[in-house]
Amino acid sequence: MDTLLEIEDLTVRFDTDEGTLTAVEGVSLSIGKGETLGLVGESGCGKSVTAMSILRLIPSPPGRIESGRIHFHDRDMLTIPDQDLREIRGKSISIIFQEPMTALSPLKRVGHQLIEAIQLHEDVPKSDAARRAVEWLGKVGIPDPAQRMQSYPFQLSGGMRQRVMIAMALMLEPELIIADEPTTALDVTVQAQVLELIKAMKRDETSLLLITHDMGVIWEMCERVTVMYASQVVETAALRDLFARPRHPYTEALIRSIPKLTGARGELETIDGQVPSPLAYPGGCRFRDRCCKAFERCELEMPPLYEADRVAARCFLSDPNQSVPPI
Amino acid sequence: MSNAVATSPALLKITDLKTWFPIRRGVFSRTVAHVRAVDGVSLEIREGETLGLVGESGCGKTTLARSILGLDPIQSGSIAFEGQALHTMRSEDLRRMRRDLQVIFQDPFSSLNPRMTVIDIITEALIVHGLIGNADRETAAIELLNDVGLGHDSLHRYPHEFSGGQRQRIGVARAIALKPKLILCDEAVSALDVSVQAQVVNLLMDLREKYNLAYLFISHDLSVVRHVCDRIAVMYLGELVEIGPAEAIISAPRHPYTRALVSAIPQVGVEGKGRIVLTGDVPSPASPPPGCRFHTRCAHALDACRQSEQALKDVARAHQVACMRVDEL
Repeated sequence: MDTLLEIEDLTVRFDTDEGTLTAVEGVSLSIGKGETLGLVGESGCGKSVTAMSILRLIPSPPGRIESGRIHFHDRDMLTIPDQDLREIRGKSISIIFQEPMTALSPLKRVGHQLIEAIQLHEDVPKSDAARRAVEWLGKVGIPDPAQRMQSYPFQLSGGMRQRVMIAMALMLEPELIIADEPTTALDVTVQAQVLELIKAMKRDETSLLLITHDMGVIWEMCERVTVMYASQVVETAALRDLFARPRHPYTEALIRSIPKLTGARGELETIDGQVPSPLAYPGGCRFRDRCCKAFERCELEMPPLYEADRVAARCFLSDPNQSVPPI
Repeated sequence: MSNAVATSPALLKITDLKTWFPIRRGVFSRTVAHVRAVDGVSLEIREGETLGLVGESGCGKTTLARSILGLDPIQSGSIAFEGQALHTMRSEDLRRMRRDLQVIFQDPFSSLNPRMTVIDIITEALIVHGLIGNADRETAAIELLNDVGLGHDSLHRYPHEFSGGQRQRIGVARAIALKPKLILCDEAVSALDVSVQAQVVNLLMDLREKYNLAYLFISHDLSVVRHVCDRIAVMYLGELVEIGPAEAIISAPRHPYTRALVSAIPQVGVEGKGRIVLTGDVPSPASPPPGCRFHTRCAHALDACRQSEQALKDVARAHQVACMRVDEL
C-alpha cells in the first residue's frame, strides 16, 4: 500500500503556568492511500494534538512542535511555506471537528460558508459553487437543501450541523480526512446515521484518520488502529488482530473494561490507578504502575516501540530479546 | 432481579407526571405554547432496586429527575416518596425526606464548590441536618472517603486537585453521607473515560450492596445501564415507550424505538450490517406529533399510529411496551 501520510517521531509540548506539559512524545504513525486508521486513547493522551499538528493547527505559544517530521506525499508539513499550507488545508486534507457549533461560523449562513470554501480553492463562478454546495447538502441527507443554504448553523440540529461539516469536508474531494471525535457529541441513533454517511461518502482512494475514544466506533470504521497512552503510541495493529491479540497490556485492559451489551453483567473490569501527569512523566514505562504484567525492567528503562510488519508495541514483552519470562 | 426486590414496597411512585415549560411571547409574555418535557410518565422504584432511564438528549430524562428533586415545578400528576406526595408535603417533612433522596450529577467539575475543601463538601449535609457536631466531622469524613476509595490525605484538599474520576468519588461520598434510600444518578459516569468509568460503576454497585440503596440511573449509554440496572425504562419525547427487566430490554427489545436505540450502538465484534438506522430528527417537544410520538421515524408506522396515542401495555411479566403493533412485529 502506498503511504499517503507519515508522522515520524513527533514531539509537541505546551508551556503552561505549572510548567512544561508534554502532549505528544515521539509519536510515529502512517496512513496508506485509501486506508482508514483509527487513533484511540483516553482524554489527554495526545490524540487530538497529534492530528492538529498535521495541519499546523497547534496554537503557538503556548504550544511548540519540538521535533518530528510529517510527510504528506513528499513534503514535510512542518516546514512548507504558509501559502502552500493554506492550499492543502481544506483542499487536500480536511477536518471534521467534534463540535460543529464551534467549527462553523455562527454569523454566516450555511450556504455562504460552503460557497466560500469552494471558491477559496477553485476558480469557479459563484453560481457553480452554489449548485455544488446544494448538491452536497442533498448528498449528506439534508432535506430541502436549497432552503437550508439560507439557514444559520444555530437553526439546525446537532446531527444536521455535523452533516454540513461532513459536506464541507468532502465536497472538495480531499485525499485525507481527519475526523476528530466526529460523533461524540451526538446521540447514538444520530451517530449511526453519521457513521453510515461517512462510510458511504468516502471514496475508495480517500484516506481517513478517525480519532475516537470509542472502541465500538473503531471496530466499525477502521482497518488499522493506533493506540495512544500518556502522549505516546503504545500499539499499532490491524483491526481484528488488535482485538483478538492485543500486544500491549494497556490495550488489553482497555478492551476488557468496555461495558458490553452481551455476556455477564455486574462488576466491570477496571484499570486501577490513574494516568500519570503530563507535567511530570515518570521514567521507565508510563503504564507500569497500572500494569499487572510489569517487572523490574519496566521501571528502569522506557520501552521502545518494537516494530515489525506495520505492527508495533511499546512493551518489553514484545522485545524479541526479552528472555526472562515476567511474573 | 431477586424476588425480595420485586415484592418490596414502592419507594418512589410517579403517577402520570407532566412537567411542561411555558413558551412566552409578546409584550405581555403571554404563554403561547408549552415544551412538554415530561408528558405523562408513570413509574415505580422499589427499595434496593436500580432503575435505568435511557433516551436521547431532549427526551425529558433529566427533567424527570429535576421534577423528583423539586427543582422543576410540575404541571400535573404526582410524585410520592414512601407513600407521601412530595408537592403537598409540609416543609419540615420535605426536609426530612431530602435526607433519603440524594443526587449525583454528570459533571464532577461544576458540581463541587471549588472553594470548599473535601471535608466541608462531604460533611456539610450532616451538619445542616444536625446529625453530627463539629467534633465528629473528621471521623465521619474519613469513613465516607474510605467508602468511596479515597485516602484520608484528601480531607483538606480542594476539588481542583483531583482528577475527574476522583472528583466523581467525592460527589458519591457527598451523596451517601446522609445514608439515603434513593440516589438519582444523572449521567453520573458519562463524562469519565472508559477505564475510570468502570471504577466508578463498580463503586456504585458495591455501595448499593452495602447500604441497600436504590438508584434511578439516568444515562444515554445503554451498555453501562445494562451492567448496573435491574430494570430499564426507555423514554422518547417526554413519554415512556418501554419498561422492563434490563436483560430483556437489551437482548429482546420490543418497541421499534428501543430496537433502533440498541442496534445503533457500535460494538466490538458485532457487524453493523443488521442495524436499524432511523431517519430524520427527534420532533420538537413543543409540538409533538399526534398519535404515537415515534411514528414520524418508525419504519412500521401505519395510518392508525398517526391517530391514536399509545399507552403502555403488558407484553410479558413486568415488561410493558407502548406500541399498537407490538404483537405483529
